[in-house]
Amino acid sequence: MTPVLELRGITKRFPGVVANDHIDLKLEAGEVHALLGENGAGKTTLMNILYGLYSPDEGEIFVKGKPFTPKSPSDAISAGIGMVHQHFMLVPVFTVTENVMLGDEYVKRGGILDRKRAADRIRQISDQYNLFVDPDVYIKDTPVGIQQRVEIIKLLFREADILILDEPTAVLTPQEADELFKIMENLSRMGKSIIFITHKLREVLEFSDRITVIRGGKVMGSVTPAEADQNKLASMMVGRDIDLDIDKKPAKVGDTVLEIKDLMVADAHNHLVVKGVNLEVKAGEILGIAGVQGNGQTELVRTVTGLMHPVSGKITILGKDTTHASPQEIIELGTAHIPEDRQKDGLVLPYPITDNLILNTFYKPPFAKGGMLQEPEIAKNARELVKNFDIRTPSIETPVGTLSGGNQQKVIVAREFSRPIKFLVASQPTRGLDVGSIEYIHNRLIEKRDEGCAVLLVSTELDEIMQLSDRIGVIFGGKIIKILPAKGATKEEIGLLMAGIDSETKTPDSQPVSVG
Amino acid sequence: MTEPEQNTPTPAGKSEKPAKASKPNAFSIFLEEVSRNSLTVTILAIVTGLLLGGLVAVLTTETVYEAFKFSFGYGFSEAFRVLGATYSALFTGSFGQPAVIRAAIASGDWQQINIAFSPFFESLVQSTPYILAGLAVALGFRVGLFNIGAEGQIFVGALAAVWAGTHIHGLPAIIHAPLALLIGGLGGAIWGFIPGLLKAKTGANEVINTMMMNYIAFRLSEYLLTGVLKDPTKAHPISATVDTAAWLPRLFPTPNRFHVGFFVALLLAYLVYLLLFKTTLGFQLRTVGFNPNAARYAGMSIVKNTVIALSLSGALAGLAGANEVLGVNRNLGVAFSSGYGFDSIALALLGNSHPLGVVLASLLFGFLRNGALRMQLQAGIPIDIISIMQAAILAFIAAPGIIRTIYRLKEPKVTVADPVLSTKLKEQQP
Repeated sequence: MTPVLELRGITKRFPGVVANDHIDLKLEAGEVHALLGENGAGKTTLMNILYGLYSPDEGEIFVKGKPFTPKSPSDAISAGIGMVHQHFMLVPVFTVTENVMLGDEYVKRGGILDRKRAADRIRQISDQYNLFVDPDVYIKDTPVGIQQRVEIIKLLFREADILILDEPTAVLTPQEADELFKIMENLSRMGKSIIFITHKLREVLEFSDRITVIRGGKVMGSVTPAEADQNKLASMMVGRDIDLDIDKKPAKVGDTVLEIKDLMVADAHNHLVVKGVNLEVKAGEILGIAGVQGNGQTELVRTVTGLMHPVSGKITILGKDTTHASPQEIIELGTAHIPEDRQKDGLVLPYPITDNLILNTFYKPPFAKGGMLQEPEIAKNARELVKNFDIRTPSIETPVGTLSGGNQQKVIVAREFSRPIKFLVASQPTRGLDVGSIEYIHNRLIEKRDEGCAVLLVSTELDEIMQLSDRIGVIFGGKIIKILPAKGATKEEIGLLMAGIDSETKTPDSQPVSVG
Repeated sequence: MTEPEQNTPTPAGKSEKPAKASKPNAFSIFLEEVSRNSLTVTILAIVTGLLLGGLVAVLTTETVYEAFKFSFGYGFSEAFRVLGATYSALFTGSFGQPAVIRAAIASGDWQQINIAFSPFFESLVQSTPYILAGLAVALGFRVGLFNIGAEGQIFVGALAAVWAGTHIHGLPAIIHAPLALLIGGLGGAIWGFIPGLLKAKTGANEVINTMMMNYIAFRLSEYLLTGVLKDPTKAHPISATVDTAAWLPRLFPTPNRFHVGFFVALLLAYLVYLLLFKTTLGFQLRTVGFNPNAARYAGMSIVKNTVIALSLSGALAGLAGANEVLGVNRNLGVAFSSGYGFDSIALALLGNSHPLGVVLASLLFGFLRNGALRMQLQAGIPIDIISIMQAAILAFIAAPGIIRTIYRLKEPKVTVADPVLSTKLKEQQP
């Protein structure tokens, strides 16, 4: 049978870098084909070539056996190829219908939009593939998972049969991701072919029919899930042996470093989102907070680090009441914080690496003397940290905005770990990172714990929590519903807790409460 | 208005050369920044703006049309005559007439030389308030604040300086003049502090509040100039002349008005550069400007830095007003309004919000404005042509795509470490 899509010897060079080096790829009808590779491996470039955004320097593309040279996305669309970008291209103030028909509008006589006919079509597509999308809601009122389905509907609406999904799970909660995979399964059963780009090993093994691994612009191999396991794929991706299992020594637990009592926090809309949290983190242990995104983790972390203030309750760090302390006072106590959103909170993107590395120590010697910045010391600090923390950069003057996500995260880790700290708050420390960086950051976290640092780890990646933590607290609906030792805890047990089901009480509790 | 966060170039505070290599100075950093924004585009924008102004001058001159009625060749020669006259008047008006300068030097008479060079020095005098007010706006931009109230701060600075010059007596000049300048700066600082505090404490938009503070300043000046500050011997609202001790000394005899204020402005440009790029306070200010979230995360106080930034910005604008009053006018009338405060927004943009860039942009505007006076007298070209030139230059700076299209320049190359990001950046470029 002819493959629906075939790439032969695709090569694309950018100044100083070969992004794609003679890539061959075959996509069969009804296949879910995973394109696996680290950030910067060339996956997105390849898909952009296929989508007509770039033209290849060499190589040929065949769609259903016929040569295909896309000049623009519209060529790709008319050839039945559709792409869901990592960042959705939706207009928030438009309804689902309006977004879907944007660029392919149904019109009545006189140029009036025929919303009803388009909405019917969307309803029909939604039913056919079990997408559960209401065509009349506004995009701004829908969760990310639904927005992604709207993007998929956009493609189906244009009768695409080759769907490209670029890092589709990066923005989803584990539950949403599972639903997405169910949808992908439906789509492939109905004859659609899917390429999904990712760097997450687990989902590749579980949900794809074939896996092509790309590294440094080259195809490293094409395997079926049955032939591979996580460590093998990781090694293919990174080019060296990767050990994803973490051996850690038993925790040497010391004094209590963080103590939270009856903490209540309200969000910007005055809704209580943290509803009476009690926690203790001791020196030398990692307390992992597991939970689905949006259950109060963000606010909990922001309150502990002084970026938000609680409605009531008490926070003590190293014996000092920090309930209403400023971020600086909390930093001064020896607290480090790896923020959830590294680009928003953790870095000043236009600043060079040098300045980002002194973001919270700039006023201290040796970086400052008499209010003047000491540039030689700042540069020296940067050179040392770039070396010690393996930050890949052309120079210490490179703006961090131009670094890859993994290296950006390393800049933060370098900054936070290079000062004497006793308490570490790490929020989603490996979100969006490639395998090599994840391994690196995990090892560093364990290292800090072994040095006697108290670590509060918040992550929506259950695997990460289970691997790193000594104790696991499960947050649901703004409450820590259970704290259990990591040893002996099972994924199923925690998964149920994350959904608010405590095997002992079986009473989910998620009533929103407003204050004031 | 685009967000200053996007507009301001990345700071290139420290160059990574080994400590022994020449220390990066303001100029090298400026060059680096402008080159990132493409120096070629800036220069071509200026040249194109000047050409466009000349074209408008030709198109608005009646003799050109009359000449064209007569014959085509005659029309063209008249058009070129007008064009030549415009630029030559602009040049001699701002730099002086070469023939006069040669003759004066040949004569060896100091007063003649002084007179011959006075257009050049007058251009510097014109540039001085531009520099100070431009620095005020640029400082705000660096902190992500849009201080649109420089004009009002200039007024309050001028009022405060005039008060200090007319109500404090008996001080020696060495104390009185700096004191009057300082008080002027303080006046402007208060005018910046108020919207700064409102922004920091209540989140009130500084664009609105600095603008509203302008109107309060205008009316305040009318009130004071018809009241407390009014010269009782005059019929119209104008202040008394400030004490000679408070004058900013002029360096040459009349008619040359060049005064020490120019050097004060240059010194302040240097201080602003040091503040922004070499001090811990400047580090905080710039961080707040680029990414307030990260600033908060790192323990910096947004409230404190916003208030400091707008106060300093106001102080610089206030100094521009004080400088005019103490160095040039020596009294203050209600018609003092110069528009410096509004031009300064343009200067900060043209100068890339960098102190050295602001100085260069201010010199350009100062020389143009001064040359325009002679252009009007000599070539009969209305002074407004200069405003058209300035506006065109700014439009080209703000929309570099126009310049790139006219001169078929290539898009600036994106060179970044990460190939994926680099392609993403390329995609984002228009």
